[in-house]
Amino acid sequence: MMKRFSLRMATAGLAGLVIASIGPAQAAEQVAPPRFNWASSGIFGTFDRAQLQRGFQVYKEACAACHSINLMSFRNLAQPGGPEFPTAQAAAIAADWMHKVREIGDDGQPTERTPRLADRIPGPFANKKAAEAAHGGKAPPDLSLMPRARSYERGFPWFLTDIFTLYQEHGADYVKAFLTGYEEGKETPPGTHYNKYYPGNFVAMPNVLQDGMVTYSDGSPQTAKQYAADVTAFLMWTAEPHMEQRKRIGFQVLLFLLVLGGLTYFTKKKVWKNVEGHA
Amino acid sequence: MQGHSHYVPTSGIGKWMDSRLPVPRLVYDSFIAYPVPKNLNYFYTFGAILSFMLVSQIVTGVVLAMHYTAHVDLAFNSIEKMMRDVNYGWMLRYLHANGASMFFVAVYVHMFRGLYYGSYKAPREVLWILGVIIYLLMMATAFLGYVLPWGQMSLWGAVVITNLFSAIPLVGPTVVEFLWGGYSVDNPTLNRFFSLHYLLPFMIAGVVVLHVWALHVTGQNNPTGVEVKDIKKDTVPFTPYATIKDAVGLVFFLILFMWFAFFQPTYLGHAVNFVPADPLVTPPHIVPEWYFLPFYAILRAITFDINLIIFTIPSKLGGVLAMFAAIAVLAFLPWLDTSKVKSTAYRPMHKQFFWAFVAVCLILGWLGSKPAEYPYTVLSLIFTGLYFAYFLVVLPLLGLFETPRKLPASIADSVLGKVRSGGAPVTAGAAAAPQTKG
Repeated sequence: MMKRFSLRMATAGLAGLVIASIGPAQAAEQVAPPRFNWASSGIFGTFDRAQLQRGFQVYKEACAACHSINLMSFRNLAQPGGPEFPTAQAAAIAADWMHKVREIGDDGQPTERTPRLADRIPGPFANKKAAEAAHGGKAPPDLSLMPRARSYERGFPWFLTDIFTLYQEHGADYVKAFLTGYEEGKETPPGTHYNKYYPGNFVAMPNVLQDGMVTYSDGSPQTAKQYAADVTAFLMWTAEPHMEQRKRIGFQVLLFLLVLGGLTYFTKKKVWKNVEGHA
Repeated sequence: MQGHSHYVPTSGIGKWMDSRLPVPRLVYDSFIAYPVPKNLNYFYTFGAILSFMLVSQIVTGVVLAMHYTAHVDLAFNSIEKMMRDVNYGWMLRYLHANGASMFFVAVYVHMFRGLYYGSYKAPREVLWILGVIIYLLMMATAFLGYVLPWGQMSLWGAVVITNLFSAIPLVGPTVVEFLWGGYSVDNPTLNRFFSLHYLLPFMIAGVVVLHVWALHVTGQNNPTGVEVKDIKKDTVPFTPYATIKDAVGLVFFLILFMWFAFFQPTYLGHAVNFVPADPLVTPPHIVPEWYFLPFYAILRAITFDINLIIFTIPSKLGGVLAMFAAIAVLAFLPWLDTSKVKSTAYRPMHKQFFWAFVAVCLILGWLGSKPAEYPYTVLSLIFTGLYFAYFLVVLPLLGLFETPRKLPASIADSVLGKVRSGGAPVTAGAAAAPQTKG
């Protein structure tokens, strides 16, 4: 009965409970990544500007050949709360960008032009099909939201303590661990690479970050580990460009509510003072 | 309880209006003079908190709708645009998304409070059933809303939930196609979900009006469960007493709400919903939002066909029936509970069963978050049985076998008894631990 049922569901192109219930069985085991320190964590956390600028450099030199960051514009690079490049520098980054803005020209034909500050940062491929064709059928994912779109199971009771410790960099920890989690000498299916932290371990993306591949001008260590930290911090910002504003306003809101709560409570005490049983 | 009105218009305009459309009289009678039992504790402020949350959700939602595009190709990015380029768009979105969760936190406290103090018993059956209807509408609204960002969990959650209706015999597939507006969850589905997500909150608001109306007819229950006998001695006027107390409850609730909205805005969601919806890729775990988890566990607990000799209920239909029954059973609560005593403070045995039931609900929630495999399926079945046993076995029988504690003669007596007895042996009025505050 069950079998016939699931068969009918499948042939009808439905994916209901049946898939929902076999899904987890296919879910690959995931090794929890280590915890890293992030300048942006905690109530008062802010991004490290220099780190975001280095992270952008790593993205540009190591990632942008395959991965887009569709949700970001060049102007964002100059806005408060981000890497805060001077506007002129952000404009220069746009003008020198390795990919062009693809448009339909006035003659109705596809054309390309140099990006401007106001443009979204163009990715490496004209469309999803092109990205898939260049990567054996599976397009490299857009990175704009990556630290938010990935996570790992915290388990009891940590998922509860996280509420109070404000640990919310699960995705960032995973991304950083992933970038430095490649291991050599393991048996892998063709076209894949072994990564300790990737769910299921076999990932199409090769180990990209190598010591010394990006030259920093601020004297930071030029190691794969540092690149991973910097580019992950940069992506944490692209995933939520207004994080600093959020935490700043949030603190003001909490402070206001605590004062209001105190005042309201003592007003209530006074109002109720003469009611019997509420001495 | 409503009794006759004591409103006396003083101004000329007031008198003129009062003889034509007495709105000021309605407000005066409902929110100023309305008598409230003087022994209500802070658990009774959640009605006001819920009213606030409904308004908050509608206000933030209406503004969000100005920036949202209900189209499968555009929805995800329209929300990300809101997060980035709309002034304070991120704040509106976090307030709305976390507001939904906080709405459920408040409603669960409100419901368990009603359960604990027997607030569903005569004469408040209709009041309670209206509450169950509001809860159902809230669940529908929250589910529809979670689909709108069109991330992976939005899409696959919609696929799983709409497929539940395919289990209905004969008309199931037709119903599902009607919900989808086609042959799969796609653009027409997203459009109608958006439309309904905008509609349902206003239906909730309508039922809330009836809920409050029914409340003001019967008057509030209270931690002793003893009805008001003398309005002068047992009650205080709504304003200023209840208003200021509700304000205190609301502000402290807002602190919790803002903690999540500003410091843990994605904690209550799923990371995979930051991946745009893809009909060709099934996420490894399809899990609903936390507030649905107990029902999700009940849904998946029925993993076997139920053979009833004349006909067989397939496992899927069995799960769907169990899930809906788990909610529907709440509506019958006023008649399932046979005890004459309302408040659990005077029901020593029910007090234990009540907390056991709370534990069962929490464990079901945990099971709902686990994959549908051994041993979770078996545990789900056991705890589903316990869930129903509370309503169908414990509550009907407890009224027959339990010896309740002595009730105070009146609300005023319970309040005074507590103050005067001090360290004296436990009196009837002092037995209720949760009522000491307030």
